[in-house]
Amino acid sequence: MTIYRGRVWRFDDHVDTDQIIPAERLVSEMLNCLGDFAFEKVRPGISEKMKDGDIIVAGKNFGCGSSREHAPLALMDAGISCVVAESFSRIFFRNSINTGLALVECKVDIKEGSEAEVDTSEGTIRDMSNGKVYNFKKHPDFIQNLIESGGLIETIRRKK
Amino acid sequence: MKGKTVAEKILSAKSGRDARAGDIVEADVDYVMVNDVTGPIAFRRFESLGLPPKREKIVLIPDHYVPNKDIASAEQAKEMREFAGRHGIGNYFEVGRSGVCHQIMIDEGFAAPGRLIVGADSHTCTYGGLGAFSTGIGSTEAAAVFATGRLWFKVPESVKIELTGKFRKNVGGKDLVIKIISDMGVDGAIYQAWEFGGPAAGDVPVSDRLTICNMAIEAGAKAGIFPCDAKTEEYIRDIVKGDYEAVVPDKDAVYAKVLKYDLSELEPMVACPHLPENGRPVREVDVVIDQAYLGSCTNGRIEDMRIAAGIIKGRKVAPGVRMIVVPASPSVQRAMIEEGLMTIFMDAGAFVSGPTCGACLGGYMGILAEGERAVSSTNRNFIGRMGHKGSEVYLAGPEVVAASAVLGRIAVPEDLS
Repeated sequence: MTIYRGRVWRFDDHVDTDQIIPAERLVSEMLNCLGDFAFEKVRPGISEKMKDGDIIVAGKNFGCGSSREHAPLALMDAGISCVVAESFSRIFFRNSINTGLALVECKVDIKEGSEAEVDTSEGTIRDMSNGKVYNFKKHPDFIQNLIESGGLIETIRRKK
Repeated sequence: MKGKTVAEKILSAKSGRDARAGDIVEADVDYVMVNDVTGPIAFRRFESLGLPPKREKIVLIPDHYVPNKDIASAEQAKEMREFAGRHGIGNYFEVGRSGVCHQIMIDEGFAAPGRLIVGADSHTCTYGGLGAFSTGIGSTEAAAVFATGRLWFKVPESVKIELTGKFRKNVGGKDLVIKIISDMGVDGAIYQAWEFGGPAAGDVPVSDRLTICNMAIEAGAKAGIFPCDAKTEEYIRDIVKGDYEAVVPDKDAVYAKVLKYDLSELEPMVACPHLPENGRPVREVDVVIDQAYLGSCTNGRIEDMRIAAGIIKGRKVAPGVRMIVVPASPSVQRAMIEEGLMTIFMDAGAFVSGPTCGACLGGYMGILAEGERAVSSTNRNFIGRMGHKGSEVYLAGPEVVAASAVLGRIAVPEDLS
């Protein structure tokens, strides 16, 4: 259980993984610098402005499309600590659990540039600009255990 | 207890427990597939475990950037080749024997009814067209399956899609799936499975079933399934590897909802930029095109090539338009040669290549410049999907792609006469 605090970047519904990281960056030599190219086609220059700990707030179906695990990796490399969205596409959701990107399913109205604080043990999101608090439903135990043990590979390693 | 859907039956059989919608189960996977883009991350994660691989379950198919597009993709393809060699994985498909991964999974008999197949590619849901439960996963999950042969699944509830009537001439599976996605939206089936049924489901050709299930993910679905029937068994008879289980739903299976589609009411559809849910009847759009692309795991099968060739035969691709034809696998390409389709396309002035994912995902061999528009038999029309962020992709079936190539604008075959 963790607290994430950072500036908010706003996105709409149906942010697909081609937007998060375009196909031309899906080569092994890019794996250590994916964050430099996050959202390069739809919001050029945004990745340079993202700072460690920043939070994405989005609408429905975040991460739809391709199964590329490069998408959560790119967001984390750009500094994003947590994505708060109304809903997530299922493959992106599973990939994020395994790569360590925190996801929260909740509809919030927080403006871009505002500070926000996500507390996963309390199940709350606080808009620091006005003090408004949103409550979210925590993950089922199975998923929470998987997250806390560091994802699927770490879980298998522990069972070895 | 109530009866079960196909998804519940397959996940019950593979997990050894009574799996119902909403349950989380750990299940035995029949095959796990990765491609040249998702493979390298999986290889690193897997090797970090130091466990032996479940060799017979692993299928390695380079397709996104092969034949190697550039040095970076050559290095990546080399990683896959070396991983296969290092771990003695026999099911590695080298260029020349490889193609679009999902078509290879079908052609080589890995995809079959009743099987549980995962792949680190979102269009792994294609094999539901053969009655399998198949779904896309990430690279790390693929690595876990390499090591354990198992994976966790949340059993999806199913939406039953009942089909009646007959497709009209020049209307097919692509038109139906664009219509379904447009009706429910690109997140209309998140965490659900589509299960097709009704009196007309058995009449839908298997190639159309594969096209339809391929695009289940474009509505957010975990799987799309046409239960196994006589047509399925005939389609796989000469290619299937090993035994399989013909799984059909129970009569009293419980569905999240039931949708009805009368195939005879469908007309040719096109999904306009920049989401697959932006479907509109072709007659309502007026769009001049620069490129017509025929290929991909959605519509790169021999049946698609025959349809398009039948329309384009004796005609010419419009001046200023590039028609790019990419068979999805070597067996499709070979059949095109043997049936004379290659000549038909070339006589029309089309470019025909060997199999690759190519331009479908904006890889190479047909990238769009700023402001260009393509009509494409592929599955995604996201911003910048096939090239410049200022380009546009219109998704359609092979009939519309072929007619549009000739007329230089998005059109139906009837417009040719």
